[in-house]
Amino acid sequence: MKFGVVVFPGAYCDRDCYYAIQTVTGQPVEFIWHRETSLDGFDALVLPGGFSYGDYLRAGAIAKFSPVMRAVREFADRGGLVIGICNGFQVLTESGLLPGALLKNAGTKYVCRYLHLRSETSATPFTSAVEGGQLLSIPIGHGDGNYQADEDTLRRLEDGDRIVFRYVDAGGAATAEANPNGSARNIAGIVNEGRNVLGMMPHPDRSFERILGSDDGRLIFESMVMALSA
Amino acid sequence: MNVKVVVTLKPTVLDPQGITIQRNLETAGIFGVQDVRQGKYFDVEVSDEVAEADRNALVERLARDVLTNPVVENYEIVWQ
Repeated sequence: MKFGVVVFPGAYCDRDCYYAIQTVTGQPVEFIWHRETSLDGFDALVLPGGFSYGDYLRAGAIAKFSPVMRAVREFADRGGLVIGICNGFQVLTESGLLPGALLKNAGTKYVCRYLHLRSETSATPFTSAVEGGQLLSIPIGHGDGNYQADEDTLRRLEDGDRIVFRYVDAGGAATAEANPNGSARNIAGIVNEGRNVLGMMPHPDRSFERILGSDDGRLIFESMVMALSA
Repeated sequence: MNVKVVVTLKPTVLDPQGITIQRNLETAGIFGVQDVRQGKYFDVEVSDEVAEADRNALVERLARDVLTNPVVENYEIVWQ
């Protein structure tokens, strides 16, 4: 089982992801440069956070034209596991691998803090180790995390059990106050129709050891290992 | 050949930057502005080597596939 962390110029959570996967899963992990065109031998990919290509034009917009993204798309089409975290989520929506778009935070501010996520479904390879409805403490750090899509798309996500995480308060309620960025329906993470591509704004790669404030992020990497071992 | 591509957020999309600008205009002594929407434009120079018949399609593709995110943005092409 081999994990790959895609490295775009301007990404800066690549090493966090590498270290998180190595520490949590004990599985081999390699960096993949954005000019790479083959992903042979990999079982799961991470698109890490940061500011790929400076986020010029739009967050994630230039990364979608990088050579590696063509290979990522083929990898995803074949059913390979892809998780996009923060900027990685933005790359996935820009590339059309996930629906919708991530806009500037409604409050205009960059928000960097721990918050509560409610896991909405265990029926994904990224959350099988998480109970439906379980609250997770995982931090965010972004300026463009306001998830928006048209009503049809939101309904499809809802009906298809594809909303994976929501921003909630400490009691687990998805209130407007608990929404850090204005996202439609408090959405923090979604999967594609095939359920093998996850995009999430919060950082499991910053919350996998107690010393970081929470180790809830482990559950996501552990779920991936479970899915790949099955 | 010079062309401008103007990119704006769709009318239904919240524009927190525009709202922030509008809300603070009065402290700048500017009154009577009801709404501000922020967009961006791209100044594009099309090579003379591109045949005239192909220019429209080229810029259309550039605007649609690269410069805008069709989920949330519209574009307008203005030939100079």
